[in-house]
Amino acid sequence: MKRRELLATSAAALGLAATLGSKARAQTPLKVGFVYIGPPGDFGWTYAHDQARLTAQEHFGDAVETFYVDNVPEGPDAERIMTQMALSGANMIFATSFGYGPSLNAVAQRFPNIAFEHATGYLQEAPNVSLYNARFYEGRAVIGTIAGRMTQTNKIGYIASFPIPEVIMGINAAYIHAKKVNPDITLSVVWAYSWFDPAQEAAAAEALIEQGCDILMQHTDSTAPLSVAQQRGALAFGQASDMTQFAPDVHLTAIIDNWAPYYVKRIQEKLDGTWAADNVWSGIPEDEVTFAPFNDRIPAEVQDEANALIESIRDGSYHPFTGPLNRQDGSAWLAEGEVADDGTLLGMNFYVEGISGDIPN
Amino acid sequence: MDFGSINPVVLIASLMVAATPILLAAIGELVVEKAGVLNLGVEGMMIVGAVSGFAAAVTTGSPILGMLAAIVAGAAVSLIFALLTQVLMANQVASGLALTLFGLGFSALLGQSYVGIVPPRTEKLNFGFLSDLPVVGRILFGHDILVYVSLFLVAAVWYWLNYTRGGRVLRAVGENHDSAHALGYKVKRVRILAILFGGACAGLGGAYLSLVRVPQWTEGMTAGAGWIALALVVFASWKPWRVLAGAYLFGGIMVLQLNLQAAGYRIPVEYLAMSPYIITILVLVVMSSNRTRRTLAAPGSLGRSFHAAG
Repeated sequence: MKRRELLATSAAALGLAATLGSKARAQTPLKVGFVYIGPPGDFGWTYAHDQARLTAQEHFGDAVETFYVDNVPEGPDAERIMTQMALSGANMIFATSFGYGPSLNAVAQRFPNIAFEHATGYLQEAPNVSLYNARFYEGRAVIGTIAGRMTQTNKIGYIASFPIPEVIMGINAAYIHAKKVNPDITLSVVWAYSWFDPAQEAAAAEALIEQGCDILMQHTDSTAPLSVAQQRGALAFGQASDMTQFAPDVHLTAIIDNWAPYYVKRIQEKLDGTWAADNVWSGIPEDEVTFAPFNDRIPAEVQDEANALIESIRDGSYHPFTGPLNRQDGSAWLAEGEVADDGTLLGMNFYVEGISGDIPN
Repeated sequence: MDFGSINPVVLIASLMVAATPILLAAIGELVVEKAGVLNLGVEGMMIVGAVSGFAAAVTTGSPILGMLAAIVAGAAVSLIFALLTQVLMANQVASGLALTLFGLGFSALLGQSYVGIVPPRTEKLNFGFLSDLPVVGRILFGHDILVYVSLFLVAAVWYWLNYTRGGRVLRAVGENHDSAHALGYKVKRVRILAILFGGACAGLGGAYLSLVRVPQWTEGMTAGAGWIALALVVFASWKPWRVLAGAYLFGGIMVLQLNLQAAGYRIPVEYLAMSPYIITILVLVVMSSNRTRRTLAAPGSLGRSFHAAG
């Protein structure tokens, strides 16, 4: 549907530009395209990006025209969609999934005047490719702390998507902080091999609860695990946006991806002509990672503890990956007081000591 | 085999639940294909059923009314396909793909105001003391109504196709539509009815996802289940009981690998997780070759348009 609309609008735009001539073109708004991996209605990752897009659209009004294509698979399709966006007059393209990297860089080399922004990526092969990411592991540290305090069975379930550094980093951060407040906890990780498959995620949640987990975390985008948790009476955390409405009794809080400040800032720079490729990784201090209101079920002292952790990350006095920490195999990773550098985190391919199970290849 | 901390009873019970949506959609598609029509729009019909069933259940407060609405909606969408392919003689493959695209977009539109709502709970059927029996209680008597409906449909379709006049006419139409026409059977009428039945089943399968399996409405929530159902029909070489076995095999692989992971077993997750999709792709490749299609006993007129004059 959306792709057809894009085709139609781009064809219309071309026709319009041809009839109105160059004078009208000078007044055309800055066109900003967004490439989404899932549907904006997922209430997770894509929803968060789309909310930020809407905020930016509102902020700039007529000066900017935003549009998006949803459900774009990673791979050749993404390259086709981005090329189409570029040809239809986009001045700026935000691609919001890790796997778009190679396609985005290939398209960027062909369209040097278009600003490309790639979320959670690592490839920068053209001067017009900028990378942005959020330090979600800071959020995971906070929910890990709450989970460690709240679990009765000492078993925490974690629904993961794909074994990429971003996800592994989140698992480690949650585990380290749950373990810190409750040394008896164990963490069960289930890989769903999908970012968005409600049935699969629901089945994963069922399996974890069946194994005795009484608190669930997810790094997948649908709200299905929360529905299951609500039905089965397990506690859970939302992902990417406030998911309280799906599980009002058991939704403790959610890590919210707040991309709006970044989008507004970057689009403004493009309007001003000051946009330059960058590589930013923001988190709690920049309000790019925020939290849904805490559920009343979380005892006051645990809320205070979580808030204190948030504040210490905000003012920079604490880093969630601070030594001493060992790798899963027992080898030393960080010495006492040592803090993980960003490069290691972005390439993280190992569990920290204490997590059982292997990371699939 | 030692399942350790995994309870095999729970596992079997949950694989039946996991398999029900694809089983419902596949048994409907089987009848469609037996009539010689290839409808690739299963995914689209499923998701329209999912959203319609969800909306009706939320509005009326009754999951049963929701399921009925899904049946009607699935059939209604398939009517578009029937119109395109049987009346306007459009290409079946293209029409089916278009139906999927249409269904995905249309359901997203319909479902906008239903995102984030919790549907009324579908109760498990109460079999009294039977449900409390050890092992068989949970496996045989611990489900909601649609699990039994799906099993009943498999048996009914098998019986109907093999032992009734209507079923034999339908198969004749699917095997050789010209001969069937020469014998005086109404090829188009049979095919349109088969398409409607397929749509109704797919719609019901979709509603099972949104009302029981997940339960919530999210855009694109079928996430490929329709394609698996399509592959399943071929995988089962157009035999109802094999569709049942295949659906439970696919459902079983999915549930088993998730449970093994949750229990901390070291298994090659990536291969298990992708296996239903690999089988699907292989099956579709096999389908595309005429010779293998014959050896698999595909209906002779599958995918071909029928024109009375020809």
